[in-house]
Amino acid sequence: MFKKLTTGAVAVALAASVQISSVSAGESLYIPQLSYRTGPFAGGGTPIANGFGDYLAMLNARDGGIGGVPIVSDECETGYNSQKGVECYEATKGKGALVYNPYSTGITLQLIPKAPVDKIPVFSMGYGLSAAAIGEKFPWTFNYPATYWDQLSSIIKFIDSQDGGIKGKKVGFIYLDVGYGKEPIPLLDQLSKEMGFKVVKIPVGVKEMQSQGSQWLKVRKERPDWMIMWGWGSMNPTAIKEAAKIRYPMDHFIGNWWSGADVDLRPAGAAGKGYRSANMAASGTDFPALQDVLKYVVDKGKSQVKDRSQVGTVLYNRGLYNAVAVAEAIRTAQKLTGKKVITGADMRLGLENLDLSAARLKEIGLPNFALPIKASCKNHGSGGAIFMQQWDGKKWVKTSDGITPMTDRVRAALEKAADKYVAGKPDWVTQKCGG
Amino acid sequence: MDFLYSLFVGPFVDMFSTPDFLLQVLWEGFVTGTLYSLIALGFVLIFKASGVFNFAQGIMVVFSALTLVGLYQAGVPAYLALLLAVGVMALLAIGVERLVLRHMVNQPDIILFMATIGLSYFLIGLGEFIFGGETKSMITEQLGLPTGSTTFAPFGGVLILQHIDIAAVVIAAVLVAGLAFFFSKTRIGRALRAVADDHQAALSVGISLNQIWAIVWFAAGIVALATGIMWGARSDVSFALQIVALKALPVLILGGFTSIPGAIVGGLIIGFGEKLFEVYWGGLLGGGVEGWFAYVIALIFLLFRPQGLFGDKIIERV
Repeated sequence: MFKKLTTGAVAVALAASVQISSVSAGESLYIPQLSYRTGPFAGGGTPIANGFGDYLAMLNARDGGIGGVPIVSDECETGYNSQKGVECYEATKGKGALVYNPYSTGITLQLIPKAPVDKIPVFSMGYGLSAAAIGEKFPWTFNYPATYWDQLSSIIKFIDSQDGGIKGKKVGFIYLDVGYGKEPIPLLDQLSKEMGFKVVKIPVGVKEMQSQGSQWLKVRKERPDWMIMWGWGSMNPTAIKEAAKIRYPMDHFIGNWWSGADVDLRPAGAAGKGYRSANMAASGTDFPALQDVLKYVVDKGKSQVKDRSQVGTVLYNRGLYNAVAVAEAIRTAQKLTGKKVITGADMRLGLENLDLSAARLKEIGLPNFALPIKASCKNHGSGGAIFMQQWDGKKWVKTSDGITPMTDRVRAALEKAADKYVAGKPDWVTQKCGG
Repeated sequence: MDFLYSLFVGPFVDMFSTPDFLLQVLWEGFVTGTLYSLIALGFVLIFKASGVFNFAQGIMVVFSALTLVGLYQAGVPAYLALLLAVGVMALLAIGVERLVLRHMVNQPDIILFMATIGLSYFLIGLGEFIFGGETKSMITEQLGLPTGSTTFAPFGGVLILQHIDIAAVVIAAVLVAGLAFFFSKTRIGRALRAVADDHQAALSVGISLNQIWAIVWFAAGIVALATGIMWGARSDVSFALQIVALKALPVLILGGFTSIPGAIVGGLIIGFGEKLFEVYWGGLLGGGVEGWFAYVIALIFLLFRPQGLFGDKIIERV
């Protein structure tokens, strides 16, 4: 028995080493996944990782990879911890990683300076450092379809279109008191001055995520006309329950796209009716590409989802959309370089020239799934629009078309912030963009 | 001048001008304080029996609540799931005693503390392996716990009392009183105190250390389950709940690690203190003061009573 076990273990070890060597031989497209299925934020990290992994697995099963080259993707558990995220990066970058999707603003901030050194781009899709949208200053970082600042400006624009405008109103901003939550504050302060509304900032520490009594008492005291939330993990359902508790009008409470998942609203259920949030991709499985994911991956037992009902949720589709953008950037890179097996530098080119138009989305089986993305050398954030969704007590309902950001106000602020980041870093790699 | 006004005058003007809101703040402080007391009690019980700060108490809260919800989701009726969850906590207590504590009799406290850190990681892994990392809703209504709220109009204002909060206070009070009675008025309680003082001496007078440890860990498991149900009903059940348990640390510093009344009074002082300070003075410091203010209260008390409010004064002669 022992002999059998030993032989088995040796066989497994050999098989593993063969797989690793095939990766290093460069006959595949290696995409490491920095995921978090454990820890306080696992509720959000798990569906994202599932959606991301399942789409790539579907491409392997259906098409044999991208451009005929198989995709190799393995997960490294970060627990949403920046230090562990960097450890994952260091452990996987030598395997020929094409791109990193950190799924944490904290990890993104750590990886941004490493990207130009190791020549592996960082793609923080709809999160991370907003200033990284300025392609001239951050050639190796991408954050489309929209930066946090774009997203905030779209939400403010939405509020401005309601109830006679935002001027003279009071806006409460409740946020997770970490790098992610604080990221849009400079723009919020700027917009409040320019547009004439008052801001009440309400931080929620990680320890207080599930104990927000004080924060919502403060909301009751201040009586803001609108509430905006920049939350994540357990902070979201707790905030929504607390808002219902103090009878805050739910249709005046708007979350960003990390505060608008199914897991955030289900605990509140009917009490959360009317709550709004931003989003970047549709929910549901009524798309040919998602049907293929079900057919080639989920039904074959190759997915980590527990059952079919977990496919098509807000965060699952968000992770899937991220994988779509990565896959399309690889295709673009293959086309531009003429190579099937690409490098991190080629991938950067692919990400920078990505044109995920409505027509292309339809072609890949995702018609009207998301608003188009068009990147350029200058603009790594795309400056894309968001759409609003609203909780009807049981499910999310899309309630608006694309709301474009206030590009005129945001772009200048982003450039200023990018200049500030680069200042004092003489070795920082920048690029010149024509036109 | 504005700062001084906001510090010494403004908050009190607010309190008197909107007394209904002050009542709401005090009620929230009371509910939170009661729940803090309950969490702190779990720590106190184990500290009294083994002289060790049980680092795993937080994850025990999560693990017990996840067991309850997980069993219900697997088709077990709610009350049976509750009973089974109690059973699982009993098994855990026996397992901890057999596999961990029994091998550490008379070891330095720090070794026991390290063992609880190991246990904590084991339970996190086991919990995630069995139940997954997703957030789950507490089965509040299925357990017969009340939902909804009642509104009062004191001083012409609004005071909203959530029924689940009232239930939390009542259950916590009953549990705290029951455990306080059990551990102070029964033979086991006296044996517990003997074990806390000296393992070898307790063994020499015929106290079964193993039995006491298993009982105490089981009691701490029950407290963890009650905390998990109540806190889970107020927000949800996720692994983030284990962080809430750390809020009990300043309560323990304040009340003393060995005192059940200390855990109760400490919890209430921290509960009232942090809510009042966050709501009326928090803005002066940019908000988010709740995270550290509890430690400030604890430190102030420590200046005058280093052993905590009700802690045993340790006199060691050289």
